[in-house]
Amino acid sequence: MSHLTLLIAEDVSKRFGGVQALADVSFTINHGEIYGLIGPNGAGKTSLFNVLTGIYAPDGGTFNFDGEPLERVKPNEVAERGIARTFQNIRLFQNLSALENVMIGRHVRTRAGVFGAILRDKGTLAEEAAIEKRSYELLEYVGVAKRANDLAKHLAYGDQRRLEIARALATEPKLLALDEPAAGMNATETQALKRLLEDIRRDGITILLIEHDMKLVMSVCDRVLVLDYGKKIAEGTAAAVQNDPKVIAAYLGGEVTLNLKGA
Amino acid sequence: MALQALGSLRGQRSGDSRKRGGTPMTAHRRSKSVPPKVWAGVVLVAVALALLPFVAALAGQAWVRILNFAMIYIMLALGLNIVVGFAGLLDLGYIAFYAVGAYMYALLASPHFGIHLPFWVILPLGAGLACIFGVLLGAPTLKLRGDYLAIVTLGFGEIIRIFLNNLNTPVNVTNGPQGVNLIDPFRVGGFSFARAESILGVPFSGPQKYYYVLLLLTIGVIVINIRLQNSRLGRAWEAIREDEVAAKAMGINTRNVKLLAFAMGASFGGVAGGIFSATQEFVSPESFGLFESIIVLAMVVLGGMGNIPGVILGAILLTLLPEVLRSTMEPLQNALFGRVLLDAETVRLLVFGIALVAIMLYRPAGLWPSAVRKRELEVPKVVAE
Repeated sequence: MSHLTLLIAEDVSKRFGGVQALADVSFTINHGEIYGLIGPNGAGKTSLFNVLTGIYAPDGGTFNFDGEPLERVKPNEVAERGIARTFQNIRLFQNLSALENVMIGRHVRTRAGVFGAILRDKGTLAEEAAIEKRSYELLEYVGVAKRANDLAKHLAYGDQRRLEIARALATEPKLLALDEPAAGMNATETQALKRLLEDIRRDGITILLIEHDMKLVMSVCDRVLVLDYGKKIAEGTAAAVQNDPKVIAAYLGGEVTLNLKGA
Repeated sequence: MALQALGSLRGQRSGDSRKRGGTPMTAHRRSKSVPPKVWAGVVLVAVALALLPFVAALAGQAWVRILNFAMIYIMLALGLNIVVGFAGLLDLGYIAFYAVGAYMYALLASPHFGIHLPFWVILPLGAGLACIFGVLLGAPTLKLRGDYLAIVTLGFGEIIRIFLNNLNTPVNVTNGPQGVNLIDPFRVGGFSFARAESILGVPFSGPQKYYYVLLLLTIGVIVINIRLQNSRLGRAWEAIREDEVAAKAMGINTRNVKLLAFAMGASFGGVAGGIFSATQEFVSPESFGLFESIIVLAMVVLGGMGNIPGVILGAILLTLLPEVLRSTMEPLQNALFGRVLLDAETVRLLVFGIALVAIMLYRPAGLWPSAVRKRELEVPKVVAE
């Protein structure tokens, strides 16, 4: 593998009962790119996320992340290795403040244990102060610092999406996997999100982006992978994928002749 | 959106963020001096708590004992609050850890085995053993949540009680249903906490002496709880309570963190059990039934799950309320009807039940639910745009 490659997926498969959610999907993501993952509903995009982040075990295939295989790892180990994610249906810690949500993201990069917590020694206090400061900076980075002390569930929808990104960034990921971050956002919010994604990339973090907002995908992604019924049907630059007949067929339906009068 | 001059997001480990930019993080909050008003308040509360056993004694020594029980229950409720309130794991067998601590003390400081270790040795041992039992209960139940976890923990609680009841044959370990008698009180040198005596001309009863021991331990448990809640570990517990999948995805090792919750909660139960043993000078399996587990859980839920002051309030109310009812119901009925229609015990349970239902209907989050913890940051604001 070249030093440019961050993630290699080879023949990844996942089956749920009779449904083949993923069928031998292979792709590579390079350092520093925004890699789009699109496909119609039920195409297997979120399944791919769940398999990649260790929530499901794949039935077949392998991932290689940052030069090392990512096999039979638990979700928390995946986060430790440097993959952070957001969820399609926002999964914030609802009854904690926005700031605390981000502070929890710092967990994996900090160390204080029971005794540190009880004794509050200098090291623990310094770590706590650093966690708090860094988390606040991340809230400012994504633009929800004003709501730092509000419960996550009281934030506006768009802010919740951005808070989830801040929480993921707090884990210091090499790869940030976003599951439909623009869902439910209006045009202005989507524009702001686009700028945020570009900022994140500029700051050296690779992004894997599931998104249904094609305008966003086409304007921000370097390369795009298209899934349909669990299979990879196209991969390439946004422009190339856009004109691929297979992709058009997947989204708009192929040429199907219907005989309504019966056989 | 403002583009903040944050530098690269990557490559900053927690430690070095303080060094960047030449704006060292001020030790905010801690550096503020405590205003005199707060000090005055602390002194007032301290004086009130110091005098309380003497005020209570005016109504009879029984009330001092009830105060002591209230503090034992505060410790239990705070321990259970770690598991139920912070980590969100419904535990119906919590009283088992109380039993473990109580029997640990009973067996190591009584004529039963002829061992008489001092309390400061046994209490940590009891906490440690309860801790081990906490992990033993936690390990097989890691994947369970909600109702399923409740059923398994309920079973665990009963298993411990039944063991205590039956471990008198073939080798007599626990003395079975008769329980262990003549347990040593707390002693420091020749000073016994059980004996009434005058100190500096002030007459102290046994329960009054224990009151101060319990007060110190309770304050210790409260401080530890507050510190745990506002720590990296406390946040991890709350993350698991809020959303276990998201917590895992954020890199929290949910297995270890849950086991720590069980272990920490259990160790408080173990300490409370040891003191219970010493103050009662007698333990039997009867004291550790399911009803006790449920009472402690009720304290946590009614007070306000996850909120330390709420849980303390719940423990105090649910300890005092039955006693107040017990002492007022018969005189009240005598005054109203000229005779006792319902005996105190019946009325007590009735009113208790009604109170529980009313609180759940009108204050479902508890009497004193937790509020958002505001953090006042003094982070130097990054200039926007």
